[in-house]
Amino acid sequence: MRIAALLALMLATASAAAGDYAPLPGGRFASVLPADTKTADIVVAPFELRREPVTNAQFLAFVKTHPQWQRGKIAPIFSESRYLAHWQSATSLGADALPDQPVTQVSWFAAQAFCTSENARLPSWNEWEFAAAADATRADARSDPAWRERILNWYSRPSNAAVARTGGDANFYGVRDLHGLVWEWVDDFNALLVASDSRDQNDPDRLKFCGAGALNLRDRDNYAVLMRVAMLSALKAADTTVNLGFRCARSNPSGITP
Amino acid sequence: MNLVRLLAFVLVFACMAPTRAAELPGDSVYRLPVALADQDGHTFHLADRAGKPQLVSMFYTSCQYMCPLIIESLKRTQKAIAQDGQAKPAVLMVSFDAQRDTPAHLKEVFGQRKLDATTWTLAHTDAASVRQLAAVLDIQYRALPDGEFNHTSVVILLDAQGRIAARTDKMDAIDADFVAAAKQAFAPSASN
Repeated sequence: MRIAALLALMLATASAAAGDYAPLPGGRFASVLPADTKTADIVVAPFELRREPVTNAQFLAFVKTHPQWQRGKIAPIFSESRYLAHWQSATSLGADALPDQPVTQVSWFAAQAFCTSENARLPSWNEWEFAAAADATRADARSDPAWRERILNWYSRPSNAAVARTGGDANFYGVRDLHGLVWEWVDDFNALLVASDSRDQNDPDRLKFCGAGALNLRDRDNYAVLMRVAMLSALKAADTTVNLGFRCARSNPSGITP
Repeated sequence: MNLVRLLAFVLVFACMAPTRAAELPGDSVYRLPVALADQDGHTFHLADRAGKPQLVSMFYTSCQYMCPLIIESLKRTQKAIAQDGQAKPAVLMVSFDAQRDTPAHLKEVFGQRKLDATTWTLAHTDAASVRQLAAVLDIQYRALPDGEFNHTSVVILLDAQGRIAARTDKMDAIDADFVAAAKQAFAPSASN
């Protein structure tokens, strides 16, 4: 009995150190990327999402225990040369990378490896979009013009401005900094096929896409979200950028609050 | 006796080691630690394919229109590369459909498509590995609710060490540039 309590305490401590996750209920959701590529809603299963993006300090702790992901050691197939270039060295942050700033200049492979190290994974695009639809008081604030305006204001800031620190206001689910801080990797960044249907042999794009063809974007005036889709779909897995970070997610089939 | 067997084992292991992931160039696709199963249910790692160049593509078998075309295109490309008396290059096709394209099902399709067992491999892997392999090959795909997959159709030439040497998305006719690049990779002088 006491051992069980001790174990529970240890687990709680471990998960707090590894990153704090908020439970999200999931449900039917009108994604900008319809499930059937036309109009259908998608269904998001209950999941947990990191309350904040992964910070420089957290990523530093990770590369110290997983040296194969250090700058200079990572295989080029998993990341381009700008990987963590703003850090002072492979194992120290320096003045240009504050501990509580979100980590950026990390590739999809590195982000995936970090999440695996805390028994998590990258969120799917639909999970990210589900969480990011909320404002402080509503699960889905996307139709509110004032909310859209606020987010678009962030996108219009110059990208060479310093990345702010984590710790913005929590949204309806207790998740912070989904908007206004950095772009974020998603697990299926290479699933956001956005192009014209080219199954026709005479199409100039030839047979680039198979299956049902490319996605028909819904809610086309939701520019803030569409910009994310456009940005993510242009990336390759080894790419890094100065304002692209990530957070992790976990499946939570029971839907129970951790 | 036991010692001899142990030594033999160690020697075999040491000989295999150079083709293992850590010894491959940093930009080799074979660095990805992905386990696959072929149409006969044999498991292998991507890095096991090191040593000779090969053609790689991704597909799914329930695809009615495009995937048969990719297979036909690969057959033609294979033939074009081998037309000067060179050996036919190996072809590896990995399925997007981790759920339905089991090795047993791949075996059926292998027969239906009359694939050459000496050079072709149809392979299954788990969903997370499919996503990683597609990422490393820069192939886009998306599962649809009806079980179909949206995907880019690409054939990739990997050199002997698993580096991407050429790629083509031309499926309706032979891509001459791609064939030329492949002939160069398969030429005896290019072997490394």
